[in-house]
Amino acid sequence: MSETPILQIENLGHSYGRYLVIRDISLAVAPGELTALIGPNGAGKTTFYNAVSGHFRPTRGRVHFNGRDITGVPAHKLVPMGLLRSFQITNIFPNLTVMENILVPLVLHHRKGFAFLPSLRRKKKLYREAEEVLDKVGILSSAYRLANELPYGDKRLVEMAIVLARNPKLVMLDEPTAGMNPEETERMIHLIKELATRFGTTFFLTEHDMKVVFSVASMIYVLHQGVLLAQGDKEAIRANTAVREAYLGGSARD
Amino acid sequence: MADTKRMQTVAGIILVFILFLTGPFILPVYWTMILTEILIMGLLAMSFNLLFGYTGLLSFGQAGFFGVGAYATALFLSKGGNSLFVSLVAALGAGAVAALVIGFLCVRRDEIYFAMITLGFGMMLYTVAHNWLSLTGGSDGLPLLNVPALNLLGREFSLFDPNVMYLFVLTVTALCIFFLWRVVRSPFGLMLTAIRENKQRLAFVGAGVQHLRLAAFVIAGALAGMAGGLFCLFNAMATPDILHWGFSSRPVLMTVLGGSGIFFGPLFGAAIFFGLEQLITSMTENWMIFLGIILVPVVIFFPHGILGTLMDWMRTRTKRAP
Ligand SMILES: Nc1ncnc2c1ncn2[C@@H]1O[C@H](COP(=O)(O)OP(=O)(O)OP(=O)(O)O)[C@@H](O)[C@H]1O
Ligand SMILES: [Mg+2]
Repeated sequence: MSETPILQIENLGHSYGRYLVIRDISLAVAPGELTALIGPNGAGKTTFYNAVSGHFRPTRGRVHFNGRDITGVPAHKLVPMGLLRSFQITNIFPNLTVMENILVPLVLHHRKGFAFLPSLRRKKKLYREAEEVLDKVGILSSAYRLANELPYGDKRLVEMAIVLARNPKLVMLDEPTAGMNPEETERMIHLIKELATRFGTTFFLTEHDMKVVFSVASMIYVLHQGVLLAQGDKEAIRANTAVREAYLGGSARD
Repeated sequence: MADTKRMQTVAGIILVFILFLTGPFILPVYWTMILTEILIMGLLAMSFNLLFGYTGLLSFGQAGFFGVGAYATALFLSKGGNSLFVSLVAALGAGAVAALVIGFLCVRRDEIYFAMITLGFGMMLYTVAHNWLSLTGGSDGLPLLNVPALNLLGREFSLFDPNVMYLFVLTVTALCIFFLWRVVRSPFGLMLTAIRENKQRLAFVGAGVQHLRLAAFVIAGALAGMAGGLFCLFNAMATPDILHWGFSSRPVLMTVLGGSGIFFGPLFGAAIFFGLEQLITSMTENWMIFLGIILVPVVIFFPHGILGTLMDWMRTRTKRAP
């Protein structure tokens, strides 16, 4: 690990009131390395994500992004630096068309959020860029449908496209395949891999589905009851007895 | 296909505008004056709709900015100002400045809290207008002793002529509505609907949601101020009751009647509001009861308002037609 990590977390801890949910988490995400944070329900994955991505300020620890201390910096200021995230529960603009869903981040990307006189329709360049992004995730054919009317798996792809439209350096995905059927899961995994290799985007994802993690991630962190239990590649995680006991149970044996 | 639809919309708007233009030539003076009021209140309601229908912010203080605009015009003209143009710029500017100051304090809050804070500031503005006798004339209001004549092509037209007043108000409101039309179709307009749809996702793609809201609040305040300035010219006075929070409920009712989030909904709602008022007050004094009787089923059965429902209905009809 000679390269500086794109994301470096030091002794991160967070409590809701007096209830300490995660503690002492230190980890690093290397640029280009598909990294995953796994853990059973309630382990604290989403809390960790919220603390890192500017949803709230963590009660303890530091967060560095590309060498810069971003602890407690609100989300809308992290985005221009290249840190984007998706949510465990699909988070899109439901009553806008898919196209508009992507135009929103593109308008912001080109710093046109306050342009109140020019016509949006005339901004052909934005539409072209939006089409490219939609094409990347494979939902271009639904561009003019209402986002709300799409099947569940496609809605998740809309959120992925929203995130990609800002040309992120690091994308944090919170359970990207949650609630998906096997087919949709397969498509999402394939997409993540492809985006990572073709466009060099760094992905950091949480999962509780082991199969998904083992098939995409080359670096895995295991979170259990708020603390990191293990780290390493999939062989190391498979072989780790503590992880087996705490999390994998019998299913990892085969 | 999308382009022909657009052409139809534009053609429809031009047609309605021409109908409005013919108003004073075919209607009795009384109805011309009602139409003037519809335009002014329609503009106020449309400014409210920018916040409510587009941005998802329920402002109960829109009458405050309307009143501030009215008093700005009245003060300018009663302190020796002699330009119609400047008197309205004063209304616009006063509405914008008041909205900037008040908006700064309320855009941080959501939903009911936002509504309550705007309501609170509206009450404060009312009290100021009502009690600052030396400046505003208190409950008697501030009468306009002189309304400058409209100077067009070397000829002077008196705004005391209801037809002149109507055409003047029509021109100014049309310009304001055209401005609003541009705003909602701009990149900024998309940001506003995105706030309404999901402000968390918007913040997480890099928008400063509060700044965008503040900008919307200022634009809406400026247009409400402009409507207030027109109202002051129309009545030849500014009175504190137009700042009262009860008055703020009017743009809300008009918007809900016509259709929130529908561009012309509030103007349509204003027309229905005044039309009903005329119709019903000729029969009974308790017209508010009837307004309530009409409003409740509209809200329950036509969540898109009357204009919105008509538009939905037309859309499904054209879809079915071969
Ligand atoms: N806002 C909150 N206030 C109080 N407690 C919370 C809050 N959010 C989460 N918790 C608690 O913190 C713990 C960790 O929750 P978190 O959502 O971070 O887990 P997770 O690993 O993302 O779980 P899942 O796999 O179900 O998404 C849980 O016990 C949860 O009940
Ligand atoms: Mg979670």
